[in-house]
Amino acid sequence: MNEMRDAATQTSERANAVETTYREAVREAIRDALRRDDRVFLMGEDVGRYGGCYAVSKGLLAEFGPERIRDTPLSESGFTGAGIGAAMAGMRPIVELMTVNFSLLALDQILNSAATIRHMSGNQFGVPLVIRMATGAGRQLAAQHSHSLEGWYAHIPGIKVLAPATVEDARGMLWTALQDPDPVLIFENVMLYNMTGGLAAAAGPVEIDKAAVRRMGDDITLITYGGSLWKTLAAAEALQGDAINAEVIDLRSLRPLDNDTILASVRKTRRALIVDEGWRSGSLAAEVCARIVEGAFFELDAPIGRVCSEEVPIPYARHLEEAAIPQTSKIVAAVKAIFGKAR
Amino acid sequence: MTATTDKPHLTREHSLDLLARMIRIRRFEDKSAELYTQEKIRGFLHLYDGEEAVAVGVIPVLGESDRIVATYREHGHALARGVPMGEVLAEMYGKQEGCCLGRGGSMHLFDSARNFYGGNAIVGGGLPLAVGLGLADRMRRENHVTACFFGEGAVAEGEFHESLNLAALWSLPVLFVCENNLYAMGTALALTESETDIQRKAACYRIAAEAVDGMDVVAVEAAARRAVRAVRETGKPYFLECRTYRLRAHSMFDAQLYRDNAEVESWRRREPILRFSEWLKANHMVHAEEIARIENAVADEIEQAVAFAEAGTWEPVETMTRYVCAEKQHE
Ligand SMILES: Cc1ncc(C[n+]2csc(CCOP(=O)(O)OP(=O)(O)O)c2C)c(N)n1
Repeated sequence: MNEMRDAATQTSERANAVETTYREAVREAIRDALRRDDRVFLMGEDVGRYGGCYAVSKGLLAEFGPERIRDTPLSESGFTGAGIGAAMAGMRPIVELMTVNFSLLALDQILNSAATIRHMSGNQFGVPLVIRMATGAGRQLAAQHSHSLEGWYAHIPGIKVLAPATVEDARGMLWTALQDPDPVLIFENVMLYNMTGGLAAAAGPVEIDKAAVRRMGDDITLITYGGSLWKTLAAAEALQGDAINAEVIDLRSLRPLDNDTILASVRKTRRALIVDEGWRSGSLAAEVCARIVEGAFFELDAPIGRVCSEEVPIPYARHLEEAAIPQTSKIVAAVKAIFGKAR
Repeated sequence: MTATTDKPHLTREHSLDLLARMIRIRRFEDKSAELYTQEKIRGFLHLYDGEEAVAVGVIPVLGESDRIVATYREHGHALARGVPMGEVLAEMYGKQEGCCLGRGGSMHLFDSARNFYGGNAIVGGGLPLAVGLGLADRMRRENHVTACFFGEGAVAEGEFHESLNLAALWSLPVLFVCENNLYAMGTALALTESETDIQRKAACYRIAAEAVDGMDVVAVEAAARRAVRAVRETGKPYFLECRTYRLRAHSMFDAQLYRDNAEVESWRRREPILRFSEWLKANHMVHAEEIARIENAVADEIEQAVAFAEAGTWEPVETMTRYVCAEKQHE
């Protein structure tokens, strides 16, 4: 795919980049897809007249009309299933679910239909569908709007699970996902929508099957994704003061996981810490940890660490919400503990 | 056969065709039950005995490019649609010569060449898919009809209501065919629905609806012609409730504690094959020898299907994980 730009070109282009928000980058990706391919349409609750619950699709209705920017009733299962059917019949729908919590009402369709149909039908039918949804805590939306369940979805064979953490990925992952013959779920962390970053004027599709090393280092590998990437990078900077040079890996794709990038880094640094906004028990962090143990056990100098969400429904009060999810200070402390340094 | 008029033209030839199609399904199901007791077929097996007039009345009215979504009780639908019997049976054996490589089994028959979108074993799960197929056709201005079959048990599911609303709201060419056999597993309709006149539910969504005697293949075909024509002409959904009865157990694991024999026997006297063949005989439209000829041809076909399934092979375990996702095209 020569259309796609690798990390190196992206970095060199950053110089003449324009400042844009993550939200605008997602919108531009949707707009671009709608322009490129008339099989593409966006469907979901309040994506049209309201402009999207996180204002992602604002303005698209006026540009593309109600056929392609399709407001749906509050029928998550119904319209997600409709997206599956439309994809099977040759369209390229983008289904937007307001948040991962509401996606549970469509879980039947995602797991029992979208993820199974290719295999169950002996490869006769595929479901080239993209489902986007917001995930994560930080806006004091309490216990029914703040969870990070992308790790659950990463459990399911037959779908791909993406977590764009940068403006480039927000802009670039959608089109590649739409080219995929199978269902792709894209998780947009709510705390990233207002984040700004430089985006090259020529920004376009990016690879979706590789993790990215966002910071080079030799002493420990910090593995994370989505909204936690920026906290982890901040922690890595802070650790520099303690003479700990951390490498930071952004998983980008939660299913499939890029084992090679993870293991190559851990073999170099000999230490690893995973930062995951999901709950610790049965988490994606646990899966990454297991893979490191399976693939690099004898190269480890220390037990693997994890910083995950506390095992509570995400609380409303700000201090509790902050305490419940990974924070830079917790990451710093966990890394120091691995190095046997007290706070 | 294309639906130019709503009335089935009951020539002798057409009558014999309807009869033969129903007998074919019935004998296939008989054989399946037998093969199940021999443990050739495993898992859940849901047989269609008593309901043949629905699939046979509706499916041949559809055109080749129309689409079908069915449930786990779908052998009859697959056969009526033309999925080769050998491939259906091999699938039920779990052989890789089956229509889904043996991965789906009895409940998950798919056939892309015949626009047969499966065998769905989630009650109500097929309805949103049918809405999406209709949506794709609507958006591309293609004049296909999607026929979606489901039991009356699905009516209690949220997906039923979501789907009817979406189909009506967006004006989608979907024909909803409710096979009301009065029981969802062991639970009678009256124990689960406040309104047991199922077709009335469509009215809340402003969907044209009718109920038909699902034990009368001619009546079902006439209703299906009206329905398919309405969908094709208006581009809007239509709801057809076929009132029928399941003569066998829900699946092979059902002691049928919820209904008594007398009830089943009373329905047996009204079952569609008996009823249609008696009517044809009374009207001198069919002779006993012709029925015998149909039975013989079906028996031959079944024998060949069994031989095909028996000769089938098991997919090697090494390839089991193929097609979880699409394979990359190698250039
Ligand atoms: C969502 C869901 N709930 C429960 C079941 C278990 N189940 C399988 S068939 C069935 C009865 C469905 O009855 P109906 O829709 O009337 O169809 P019928 O079997 O009579 O053809 C039930 C409860 C299921 N497969 N899916």
